[in-house]
Amino acid sequence: MTLETLLVVAAALFSVGLYGALSQQVVVMVMMGLELMLNGVILAGAAFWWFLAPNPEGQVLLLIVIAAMTVEMAMGFAVAIVLNRHHGTDMTDMAADLSR
Amino acid sequence: MLESVLFWSIAVLAVASGVAVFRVDSMARATYALAVSFVAVGLALLLVGLDYIGLIVVLMMVMEMAVMAVYMIMFMGMNPALMPMSMVHGHRAAVITAVGAFVLLAAGALLVPWPQRRGTPSADPTVALGEALMGSKMLVMMTVSPVMVATIVAGIVLASHRTRYDRLGDDLRRRPADDPQPGGVGR
Repeated sequence: MTLETLLVVAAALFSVGLYGALSQQVVVMVMMGLELMLNGVILAGAAFWWFLAPNPEGQVLLLIVIAAMTVEMAMGFAVAIVLNRHHGTDMTDMAADLSR
Repeated sequence: MLESVLFWSIAVLAVASGVAVFRVDSMARATYALAVSFVAVGLALLLVGLDYIGLIVVLMMVMEMAVMAVYMIMFMGMNPALMPMSMVHGHRAAVITAVGAFVLLAAGALLVPWPQRRGTPSADPTVALGEALMGSKMLVMMTVSPVMVATIVAGIVLASHRTRYDRLGDDLRRRPADDPQPGGVGR
């Protein structure tokens, strides 16, 4: 386990999440893609913390990323409910079509 | 040796289950796959000595995936474990973008001359984190806390079907409520 290998794994997770966020139509699946991207960011942050500067500031930064992930999830679910209520759909394309 | 085997097992599990999220045939399985990916990353965090953060990631994401399972059952209106699905758009562009991002990030990870480690981890990183949050990094907690409260309020406002502002007007002075539908004060 080295810094480089951890970062490559984090890059793979980020890229898979990026594919999901760009390609999925269902709002919840888009959120899953964003979660995977943040998953990769957390892993990369942990790698930097351990291999470059193992001080408490790095852990605080990771906590901020986790908090951002929580906010993204909560607001994403709320937006999914609003979309479903007003447009009767849970898909991004249909929501865009109906808004025109 | 054992650590390497453990790390590579966790790494393969994390990435494979991440890929499975967008390859499996149902949203239920996708949710389980994402939960497995998060648990694997949580274990990787434990490997690098981040006990507290790793545990938070595992616990938080397992609960989050449980909530997500409820949502997809609500919105999909079907048995989410049995219904095949393939709902994508711009598949080719997304694949090209994702592969390009991976190549770029991996090249950066492998080619950048990373500096030597500065300092050593404290004997108990969790205690060090707690002392930082309650001491020099208190401002972070003071910022995150109102953001969380604002998220709760905004989430409820967005998710609520009708609020008191719908019933009683923007200034809450309408008595009785002029409801287009029954259910308000004038019901």
